[in-house]
Amino acid sequence: MSGGKAGAPVLLVEGLHKSFGGVQAVEDVSFALSAGELLALIGPNGAGKSTCFNMLNGQLAPDNGVVRLDGRDIVGLSPRQIWRLGVGRTFQITATFASLSVRENVQMALYSHAGRLRSLFQRFGTAMRREADALLEQIGMLDQAERPCGVLAYGDLKRVELAMALANEPRLLLMDEPTAGMAPRERVALMELTASLARARRIAVLFTEHDMDVVFGQADRIIVLDRGRLIAAGLPEEVRNNPEVRAVYLGGTH
Amino acid sequence: MSFPSLLIQLLNGLADASSLFMVSAGLSLIFGVTRIVNFAHGSLYMLGLYGAYSLIELLGRTPLGFWSAVILAAFAVGIVGALIEIVVLRRIYRAPELFQLLATFAVVLVIKDVALYAWGSEDLVGPRAPGLSMAVEILGKRIPAYDLLLIVIGPVVLGLLWLLLARTRWGALVRAATQDREMVGALGVDQAKLFTSVFFVGAVLAGLGGALQIPREPANLDLDLTVIADAFVVTVVGGLGSLPGALLAAVLIGVAKALCIGLGTVHVLGVDIVFSKLVLVVEFVIMGVVLVLRPYGLLGKPPAASRAAGAAPLPLAAPRWQTALVWIVVLLAVPLVSDDYVAALLIDIACFGLFAVSLHFIMGPAGMISFGHAAYFGLGAYAGAVLLKRAGLPMEAAFLLAPFCAALFALVYGWFCVRLSGVYLAMLTLAFAQITWSIIFQWDALTSGSNGMIGIWPAAWLADKTRYYYFAMVFCGLGVALLWRVLFSPFGYVLRAGRDSPLRAEAIGINVRGFQWAAFVLAGTMAGLAGAVFAFSKGSISPSAASISQSTDGLVMVLLGGVETLTGPVVGAGVFTWLRDALARETDYWRAVLGLVILLIVVLFPQGLVGGLKMLLGRFRERRA
Amino acid sequence: MLRVTDLHAYYGRAHILHGVSLEAKAGEVVALLGRNGAGKSTTMKAIMGLVPPARGTVTFAGRRIDRLPPYRIARLGLGYVPEERRIFTELTVMENLEVGRQPARAGVPTWTEEKLFTLFPNLGRMRERPGGRMSGGEQQMLTIARTLMGNPSCVMLDEPSEGLAPIIVEQMAHSILALKREGLSVILSEQNLHFCQSVADRAYIIEKGEIRFGGSMAELAADASLREQYLSV
Repeated sequence: MSGGKAGAPVLLVEGLHKSFGGVQAVEDVSFALSAGELLALIGPNGAGKSTCFNMLNGQLAPDNGVVRLDGRDIVGLSPRQIWRLGVGRTFQITATFASLSVRENVQMALYSHAGRLRSLFQRFGTAMRREADALLEQIGMLDQAERPCGVLAYGDLKRVELAMALANEPRLLLMDEPTAGMAPRERVALMELTASLARARRIAVLFTEHDMDVVFGQADRIIVLDRGRLIAAGLPEEVRNNPEVRAVYLGGTH
Repeated sequence: MSFPSLLIQLLNGLADASSLFMVSAGLSLIFGVTRIVNFAHGSLYMLGLYGAYSLIELLGRTPLGFWSAVILAAFAVGIVGALIEIVVLRRIYRAPELFQLLATFAVVLVIKDVALYAWGSEDLVGPRAPGLSMAVEILGKRIPAYDLLLIVIGPVVLGLLWLLLARTRWGALVRAATQDREMVGALGVDQAKLFTSVFFVGAVLAGLGGALQIPREPANLDLDLTVIADAFVVTVVGGLGSLPGALLAAVLIGVAKALCIGLGTVHVLGVDIVFSKLVLVVEFVIMGVVLVLRPYGLLGKPPAASRAAGAAPLPLAAPRWQTALVWIVVLLAVPLVSDDYVAALLIDIACFGLFAVSLHFIMGPAGMISFGHAAYFGLGAYAGAVLLKRAGLPMEAAFLLAPFCAALFALVYGWFCVRLSGVYLAMLTLAFAQITWSIIFQWDALTSGSNGMIGIWPAAWLADKTRYYYFAMVFCGLGVALLWRVLFSPFGYVLRAGRDSPLRAEAIGINVRGFQWAAFVLAGTMAGLAGAVFAFSKGSISPSAASISQSTDGLVMVLLGGVETLTGPVVGAGVFTWLRDALARETDYWRAVLGLVILLIVVLFPQGLVGGLKMLLGRFRERRA
Repeated sequence: MLRVTDLHAYYGRAHILHGVSLEAKAGEVVALLGRNGAGKSTTMKAIMGLVPPARGTVTFAGRRIDRLPPYRIARLGLGYVPEERRIFTELTVMENLEVGRQPARAGVPTWTEEKLFTLFPNLGRMRERPGGRMSGGEQQMLTIARTLMGNPSCVMLDEPSEGLAPIIVEQMAHSILALKREGLSVILSEQNLHFCQSVADRAYIIEKGEIRFGGSMAELAADASLREQYLSV
């Protein structure tokens, strides 16, 4: 683990609770995440992963609990405000601007970060071009910069999302099933890219994932959720050998 | 007001609610399965009324004659509905949703003229229901027995519908298709038959709702749009797709209207409140309140992500300045080479062109469909007129201030509207437009009410027709240029981004609603400018400038031209205005001809005129290459 | 049973399938392997008529089906289980099955709700539960059961293991083998080679809308370079 212990955690979650109509979706979840660290959140379908995620990114308000980003409580803030504090996101089902080109998508995020979106008359796309191309270069999408996102292959959209998530120089990346729907090798490549960027830029990464090759290959640490509770947390090997995790989630093959 | 007379009004309201419920239930059912907002549903109601009138004449004013006429009329309307589905809509299920909407507009136009041809323009008063013409005495007041029967029929129809949907295979198929019609097809269900049957049932409901009103309401040609507006409100207040919600909302609105009539003028704390004047707006006020408190209606649920297979919107291409230059030269030269008629027509086209471009601004790039954009056009026109005639401002000042009055209303209305999206948003815009229209229509002291205002002439230096032509071209041209320029600015791109993926936009720190609100106000301002140019070009203005049909005209122009193109709305406005003008001089049935032309275009060019031509051109080039 | 010859298909103006040919015999489990975007889903949708095939022929049980609408194809006994499950969330389990119901067909197993509940015991315990309140694994079972209600002689499963917990994937393999025992032909699209190896008799590899390999699972298992080249495993 490259940068785990140094300094205060980037993300600190304590005693997170959420129930829907009397059903406990997330119950007393706590964990911490340091700069440059990749933490995987795994568990069966319906275990509360998405709910947990949505409480961190501002989509849902927790019933109880504390979420601190660099020591600052972010509970109750909107997704927009949380982004402004330095949290980038990618979605399980990619969300990009289909009618805009790849470069324009990244420029949109850069303009937003620079507070330049309110202009009514300047032509969009003339500024921040170099910055956008630098990001596209890093994720290997520069050759497709002119194509509208609406016609891109799925794996490429995932990479565009990553570039957009990096545009605000985030402290924390939240990635919801970042490799869903990709081919096995693409999956590993995307997460290796993510890992190298995260380590170089000291970004903390939290991701959910169903592909165990990606999880055990890329995560520094793993936490396991089942029926809303954390049932295990630790290094990949510890989690792999945890009998409870094997029973509810991994089964016999992994 | 005494308790007994209040009770009578209440019962009266409940009797109204029955028919309203049936129309709305039909609308909701059809929307659920086919994702088509059937604008022609009010027309089907109207046909039910006319049909019942004629059939009673034919079958005799006996109880048997009356009730067979009502049932037969409902079924006849059902068949009309099924025919609309088979002949028109079936061909365009793969077209964008808005095109289907345009097709149903066209059907409204056609049905209106068919009714005009068959039944004439006079109101037709039907007979009382034979055997039920007596009145029942309640607390010393008399209420028609027929009304009491109607009150019972509403819930009975709801019960039957519920059984049909919850207990039959057809019902399961309908509910499944409401969520994912393609999957239903892949499981072996013939979608075409299912859709036709749904249209039939939905149309029977509308026809029955209309036919049952024959003893209470004269058949007339304005019913199509007033009923559809009411039905929209009921569907939205109750929650799209919820039948009990539709009944609840129909009762709420029927009763509220009846109470407003019943209360009349009430003296409260030294102020006279004229409730009877609120009748026209009360339902829209209820709708506004409900939508803000419960965005998906009283009993509605947030719409499940629909699987409408829409292709990703195309990137907009900026117009070339060479093309723009050619147009400017041509328009400058027109007065030199042509007569007043052409110039007057071009002024109309310029006004409607700016109106359509401002509507397209929020509909296309910002993805907010408005059914009520005429509100801002009308407000601009009336603001100019009122500032000139009532406030005594010079024409120049009145003209320049007018768009800002429209902007002020857009600011208020827009705040509510951007909280919603999709059909709900569209219907809320309609509600606000209807409120605006009602205020203009009723405020005699300020607006001269239904008579409209006259003598709204431009200042002396603009009195010359040619000068006003240039004046109109400059302002409308600047308006269009401004809106187009903004579309390519960061602001314009944010609108497109917010339409493509609100989720992603929020996730990169964009306040989507804020931008949409600003866009709404900008579009409203420009529509107001168009209205002001229009008012001063005519010298008079009537409430129809803010009416539903003015709004739908705008929609037709945008859709005709093609919502995914930049210049489409201008082309659409030109073709529509010219066609309407040319047809109206040739035939009384110009609406039907216009409707048929639109249907033809919809079936042949599902991308709109400009989009269609571009596609044809593209194919041609490909073949040459 | 099902034979596809030189199938071409477009999404809008994008040419997705470039002459796909494949075959599934009666009672056989055939895997269609390939990366995301290789054309697996489009192949199935084109066979099913959900994406109109531009060129090529599809014959099923001796009949041309490449110009038929989806519902006619389904009624001939070709079942389709889509990638995203697409169950009707507002309908109960029983109602979901009702939507899939078609008349019995000679020569193929006839499915009833009760028979399906022995294959998928979980579903039998939640008959009145709305589809939207089921877990991902349960929904996957329901979508297969719903298609079986049409009494198909051949079913196409589009990525049945995608997005499921490993333990549910194991159950899914057992269910597919049960269908094979009933005599059904099964075509499944997959990216997961391990999963295919546990259920399929033969496999095709599709890449950029073309078939690059067709043969037995054993041949595929023996050819490491093939797997390396097209499946990135």
